[in-house]
Amino acid sequence: MRNIWVIASRELRHYFISPIAYALATMLFLILGGIFFINIYFGLQSGQISPDGRLVIGPMVTILLFVTPALTMRLVADEYRMGTMELLLTAPVRDSELILGKWLGSFGFVACLLLVTLVYPLILHRMTSPGVDQGALITSYAGLLLMVAAMLAIGVLVSALFKNPLAAFFITLGVLLLLWIVGGLGGGTGLGSDIARHLSFVDHFYNNFYRGILHLTDAVYYLGMTAIALFLGIQVIQARRWS
Amino acid sequence: MTGSSHRRPMIQVEGLTKHYGQRVAIQGLDFHASAGEILGFLGPNGAGKTTTMRILTGYLPPSSGTARLAGFDVVEESLEVRRRVGYLPETVPLYPELSVTEYLAYMGTLRRVGELEKRIREVLEQVRLTDRAESFIGNLSKGLRQRVGLAQALLHRPPILILDEPTIGLDPAQIIEVRKIIQELGQERTVLLSTHILTEAQQVCHRVLIINQGVIVAEDSPANLQAQLAGAERVRVQVRAETAEVVALLRSLPGVAGVAAGRQEGEVLVSSAPGQDVRPALARRIVEAGMDLQQLAAEGISLEEVFLQLTHDEVDSRGEGDEHA
Repeated sequence: MRNIWVIASRELRHYFISPIAYALATMLFLILGGIFFINIYFGLQSGQISPDGRLVIGPMVTILLFVTPALTMRLVADEYRMGTMELLLTAPVRDSELILGKWLGSFGFVACLLLVTLVYPLILHRMTSPGVDQGALITSYAGLLLMVAAMLAIGVLVSALFKNPLAAFFITLGVLLLLWIVGGLGGGTGLGSDIARHLSFVDHFYNNFYRGILHLTDAVYYLGMTAIALFLGIQVIQARRWS
Repeated sequence: MTGSSHRRPMIQVEGLTKHYGQRVAIQGLDFHASAGEILGFLGPNGAGKTTTMRILTGYLPPSSGTARLAGFDVVEESLEVRRRVGYLPETVPLYPELSVTEYLAYMGTLRRVGELEKRIREVLEQVRLTDRAESFIGNLSKGLRQRVGLAQALLHRPPILILDEPTIGLDPAQIIEVRKIIQELGQERTVLLSTHILTEAQQVCHRVLIINQGVIVAEDSPANLQAQLAGAERVRVQVRAETAEVVALLRSLPGVAGVAAGRQEGEVLVSSAPGQDVRPALARRIVEAGMDLQQLAAEGISLEEVFLQLTHDEVDSRGEGDEHA
């Protein structure tokens, strides 16, 4: 357990000293800030500011789709590329601790980013009366955290498969996009559509968390995705010892 | 440490075999090493040295056979083994964005080293890096990086050190430095060191295993290997006298296995029993007989020749095997 924290805190610190993480954070806040500003600007002109605290959450989900693969791409792939995997796997660290630590570190970083984005709804809350719908805001952020957890877990899994971080980035993005659009197949009836709907990454978020609805199945979906991806990631590390 | 642990082999390898798909990397390796011993693993590139070391450190699982380090099985008790082994892989695993101290602190925390700050200062002193403690690893030269890797391997006071080509890519001064450090370390620890440089094995190791194409082809002390495999030591003697006279004079000396006439008048080749240096006795006998000794030179076959001889024999015998099959 302790090793998970040691690895997670090292990864977290690595994000805070790496320019790429800052570039991603800058991009995120530029876009969100722009969207927020435009909304407030036109709202003031029309004299009506929408008190929807989720103003930035919709776009944020889309941005995170691209940001999370960039954050996870080097997590394991780089250790293989630089030969430091040999160091970690010959230290008294379990494969599972390594994967969980890597994932937790990236999750910590995204959680920090999300914490900062709370500034937008807080501003909105002060500008409007009676303020934003706090219930929907809280469930949205809870859903966002769960979704990000699963996205990062998939990223860690893919990163464990590659030596080249960029390859890991594109494959992770591909997998996430696939899970994103698969919901589009769920328009009809029948088993296939049901499965497609249940697999959809975004439906679990937008249909419920985003609307202020908490369903156990949605939480189970994201947690299950996270667990499966991390479990597979551990298997990949073990399998790569044999190759 | 108790007295018995000195005698107990710290590294015990039996029938260790590793295949990568169809390719056999190592085949039925058997060897052992005890505390206070520097064991050299000598072989050409691709002989299976790195594979063996990776198995011993728990990085790779063996295909068959067993390896026990400090009494723990590398497969069954991998974490116990890893706690007791310090490992310097061939490509030194470093994080260039960290400072030397940060890097060692990370590894030390993962390895649960007590009084970490004090211990980091100790190892930095040991590998003579104290003045670079705060430098970023990315800015260090190859030789300094090698020493950071060594510091990492030493940090948790492991009784067993496994060093894969520790002097590769260093300049001559750095090589001497690293060899000196290894010799210091080997006084109380078990060190397994791989190299393809023969003089290194000769200088640093107490015992040498020669490995070629995944099998051990010879095992002994560097001196004995040289002597045994050369058949005998030879000394070339040049005396101002008739050859026959010199032959008669030296033949009866103890330790002398044979005396043959050389190409010139007064030159003889004296072969001695393995590991025996007969040169002082030869010189004394010649001078006592009132002859002028002009030259006396040992023609020891270098480990290099032994090595080539062994690795070539191996190729030859394999070739024959194929023909018979």
